[in-house]
Formats: sequence, structure tokens, C-alpha cells
Amino acid sequence: MKKVFSRPKSLKPTPFHYCPGCGHSIIHRLIGEVIDEMNLQEKIIGVPPAGCAVLAYNYFDIDMGEASHGRAAALATGLKRALPDRVVFTYQGDGDIAAIGTAESIHAAARGENITTIFVNNGVYGMTGGQMAPTTILGQNTTTSPRGRKESRDGFPINLSEMIAIAPGSAYIERTAVNNPANILKTKKAIAKAFRLQLQGFGFTLVEILSACPTNWKMAPIDACKWIDEVMSVHFPLGVLKDISGEKRDAH
Amino acid sequence: MRGNHVAAEAAVRAGCRYYFGYPITPQNEIPEYMSARLSEIEGGVFIQAESEIASIHMVIGASMAGGRVMTSSSGPGISLKQEGISFLCALELPAVIINMTRGGPGLGNIAPAQSDYFQATRGGGHGDYRTLVFGPNSCQELANLTYEGFNLADKYRIPVVILGDGMLGQMMEPVELPPEIPLKKLPPKDWTLTGAKGRPSRFLRSLILDPIKEEEHNWKLMRKYEKIVREEVRWETAYADDAKMMVIAFGIAARIAKGAIKRLREEGIKVGLLRPITLWPFPSKAIRDLAKKVKHFFVFEMNMGQMVEDVKLALEGNGEVHFYGRPGGVILTPLEIARVISSQYYQKRLG
Ligand SMILES: Cc1ncc(C[n+]2csc(CCOP(=O)(O)OP(=O)(O)O)c2C)c(N)n1
Ligand code: SF4
Ligand SMILES: [Mg+2]
Repeated sequence: MKKVFSRPKSLKPTPFHYCPGCGHSIIHRLIGEVIDEMNLQEKIIGVPPAGCAVLAYNYFDIDMGEASHGRAAALATGLKRALPDRVVFTYQGDGDIAAIGTAESIHAAARGENITTIFVNNGVYGMTGGQMAPTTILGQNTTTSPRGRKESRDGFPINLSEMIAIAPGSAYIERTAVNNPANILKTKKAIAKAFRLQLQGFGFTLVEILSACPTNWKMAPIDACKWIDEVMSVHFPLGVLKDISGEKRDAH
Repeated sequence: MRGNHVAAEAAVRAGCRYYFGYPITPQNEIPEYMSARLSEIEGGVFIQAESEIASIHMVIGASMAGGRVMTSSSGPGISLKQEGISFLCALELPAVIINMTRGGPGLGNIAPAQSDYFQATRGGGHGDYRTLVFGPNSCQELANLTYEGFNLADKYRIPVVILGDGMLGQMMEPVELPPEIPLKKLPPKDWTLTGAKGRPSRFLRSLILDPIKEEEHNWKLMRKYEKIVREEVRWETAYADDAKMMVIAFGIAARIAKGAIKRLREEGIKVGLLRPITLWPFPSKAIRDLAKKVKHFFVFEMNMGQMVEDVKLALEGNGEVHFYGRPGGVILTPLEIARVISSQYYQKRLG
């Protein structure tokens, strides 16, 4: 019999601790597949900061260095500058990248650091129990915006990827989602493209992935996937925000 | 050479190829020197980061990659680096951190002070940890300790803090610089993150959710700190043999005190000096041993009284401690401090 589906070699045989329906599991798998397909397992280093995915080193069979909350882009800068021929990526949540780590992320992009950021936007602080995130949309309930985010009290959400796309040092920014098979496939292609552009030395690349957190959204996984289509992606439109590579769109 | 340049050049000679910093007076000559020097060297990396928080985390990244790496700052910037210093200790990563201390708290001023002693020796960040802390008192010692600091940082996988002050950073003295170490001669590291080529993958992390394992990690760090206490304590004494009163001071304050003691000796006043060179580990045993002969200790610091607590802990009541401090960046002359010492000496009817 032909084996048509197996665990990527760059993932360890450890079961994920993520909740059922959590986007992190899908995204881990996609990164694992891309690492295998691009033959990067021996030259890639990942940087997971505090967040639900801080334990990513338990799952990825690659070198990984933990960062404190928000500092992944700075840490990755140090790693990459010391090892310019390796592929370095950060794996950051929305709280990590767009609140506490805003400065580090924007400046890494502005310097044109030749690293890749996988930005998992689930609209909440997952790890600490579902508090409001910088990406929580107006009206969204969280444990610290109990009757919905109000601009008068909580301010507006941040579209960090759009901000980073303005920076001359950023090379490729795409927003995708992992809520249906077509989007999952696009996400995989985007991750592969980001790594590829890094290998070619284009500069800062980022893939923002809208990702379900059914637990803190208090939704069934199916409803969470629908909510990404119907509500979340209205505020965070999917698509390529920047691409200086000159590659054709479908050349993913 | 100026102190700040001396420290920077000594670092490069020790194999430092990565420098990440953020401007703050009175240490700006370090990043300025490094930006020029490291761009002349193949593989040299200099980044003026967006903040001290970013720069210390760049240090963590380069250290994870196995490089010899340094950052420097002063007062407010060192406060921002504390998060990263706690992580360096937890992750057991080597690095050298220079603090050319200025007057504080807050923005304070840019004059020389010793008010960051607690922050440096207690571990200003969160968690149980220590860093090796040197308190050089001359440009020559600054060169030697910065240079050696890199070796000790690698040996113990620990951040090493050089606690200077604005005066040390700015003053010019002739210095004999240590020889350049070829990078190939540096001992290999078997824990770095370089991409898992031809070996199993590795990770470096500080999150240890199981309390038993976190406790084990803490004990492991503790054993390392105990070894450092046993093997790395440094101090120096002067005029100690017949002293009836010992002055204890570190860094620039010790240098001023030494000038004062020379003067007092000419007047027949029997005062000696003990100068801790490592501030952590502190020369507690040396002080306790001194207390067998001398009962009077005069602690002089350019702060409101910080190291004096370590002196009292070392003495365990076996000696009388008098503290004299000038915070805020005030620099005493040897003559002024000599007057205070001699008045204390006569009050205690030692002469
Ligand atoms: C300095 C600091 N502040 C706060 C925390 C607590 N904390 C850990 S993860 C996190 C937020 C995580 O949210 P996000 O980055 O969106 O990742 P997610 O868990 O949603 O994937 C917070 C606030 C911390 N670890 N460090
Ligand atoms: S809390 Fe949310 S983000 Fe975290 S593992 Fe569960 S579903 Fe995923
Ligand atoms: Mg989140």
C-alpha cells in the first residue's frame, strides 16, 4: 500500500497540547511540511516567544530558542546576524507582536532583517486565558472587554501587517487564514514563499495567519471557522499586502 | 585611551564580534567605537537597536548562536535590560554587559555614581539569579576585566557585568591592551543553536512548568554560583598590615580613598584599604579574616549605602562599621575624604 499521509519529518512524534480546533496545530503542521519540502531541517532556527505556542520546541524537530514575551524579532535579529546563511523565523501571537513587541517587530522590519515572522492572529491572548488583544475587533467579547471591545474605553484594534508593509525594509507581507482547505493551502504557499525569499536575501517577510481560538472565543470549532470568514477577515482582509520579489502571484 | 574606548577594544580583542546597544551618556563612546571597529572586521556585527530591551534580546540571539557578544549602557538603560539579564541567566547564556553608572534614580544625571550596586549584585530582574560583577578602578583594570569577562562568561555560561561609572568611562590613561584572541582558538560550545546539521535538534528555553524540574534547574544554577563564589572572588588590599581601621571601597571610590589613605599615612594615621574587585562574588571571607585583627571599618561609596550591607553581612557583627557616602554624582577629592576618615579615626580613639 502506498503511504499518502504521514507526519512531517521536522515534527517530533509528540502530540500537540493545543485545544481541539486550534489554528496553532494546523500552522505547526504546515511549517513542518514546508521545512521538509524545502529541505531546511538542518539549517533553520525557530524562535517561539511566550504565548500558547511557546512550547513549540516540544513539537518541532529543529533548533529553537525561546524568547520572552514580545522580543522574538530582536532575538531573531541577533541569531540571524550571527548566522546569516541559516533560515531564521519567529512564531508570534497577536499580543506578542502587536502589543508588547510592537517596537521590536516594526524595527526589525525597518532594518530589513532577513528573517521570517509567522504571526498567528487569533484576536485574543490565548495563553493567559482570553484577554483582549491588540487585534480584538470592536464589539468582540473577551475576559477584559466583557461586553465587547469599545473604542471609547479600549481603543481601536491594530492592523500591524499593514503598518509593517509600509516599512521600506519589508519584502513580503501576506495575510492568510487556516479556516478552510483552500485557505490552508494558500497559507502553506505563503510560508514557503516567505522562507524562499529569505533564502534569496530579500529582507523582512511576514505571514499573518487568522487562526481560530475556539476555547477563548467560546465557539465550536466549526463556528469559529465561519466567524473568521464572516467577521474577522472583514477587519483583517486576506491577501498579499506587499511583495517586492517580482514573482507572479500564482508562482507561490 | 579613554575608558569607554579601552573597554570596547578589549572586548574586540577577546573575540567579541557582536555588539548591540542604544545611546546613553556617559557610555556613548562604546557604541561609537564598536560601530567603526566591528565594521572593519569580517563577520563583525553592530546594531544600534531601537531600545535597550531590544538590544539585550539581540544579545541573547547572538549568544544562542555561539558568538561572543556585548552590550553597554548606563542607569536607565540598564534598568530596561533587566528582563533580558534574567533570561540570560535562566537560559545560561554568556554575555558581557557594561554599566557606566550615572547618578540616579530616574534620569538622575550623567555624573559618575555607584548607585547601581544593588541592581548589579542582587540581580535587578526577576527570579533567583546572580551575575558575575566586576568593579574596575582604572582603565588598565577595565581592559583586563572586560577581556577576562568574556572567558568567564563562556566558562560559566553566565552574563558578566562590568560595573564602571561615568568617570572611568571618560578618563584617559595609558593602557597595555591584551593580545587579540583568534576566534579559532576559542573553546567550542556544544549547546548553541546553529541549525541541526548532522546532530539531533536542540532547544534553549527558560519555561519549566513542572515545579520539581524548575527547582532542579534553580539548584543547578545555585551550584554554579557556589562554584563561582569558591573560585572567582577577587580583591586587593593596601596598607593593611598594621592598620587599625580599614577603609572598604570599590571602583573609582576606592581610587579616591587610596589617595586619601596615602595622605593619612604620611600623618601616621594607620588606615588601610580593602578593595573588592568582584562585587559578586563579594570578598566576604577576606573581610571576615581581617576582622580578626581590625575592629573598625570605614565604608565609602558614591551612593547612599549599598555595598555597606555586604560588608555588615560579611562581618556578622565582628567589627564596627561606619558608612560615608556621597550620592548624586558628587566626586570627592582625596583631601576631603581624608578629613572624614581621620575624624572617624580620632573619634574611635585609634590614634
Ligand atoms: C513580560 C510578560 N508579560 C506578560 C506575560 C504573560 N503572557 C504570556 S503569553 C501572553 C499573551 C499571549 O497572547 P498572544 O501573543 O496573542 O499568543 P496566543 O497565546 O494567543 O497564541 C501574555 C500576556 C509574559 N509572559 N511576559
Ligand atoms: S487557548 Fe486558544 S490559542 Fe491557545 S491552544 Fe487553546 S485554542 Fe489554541
Ligand atoms: Mg493571540
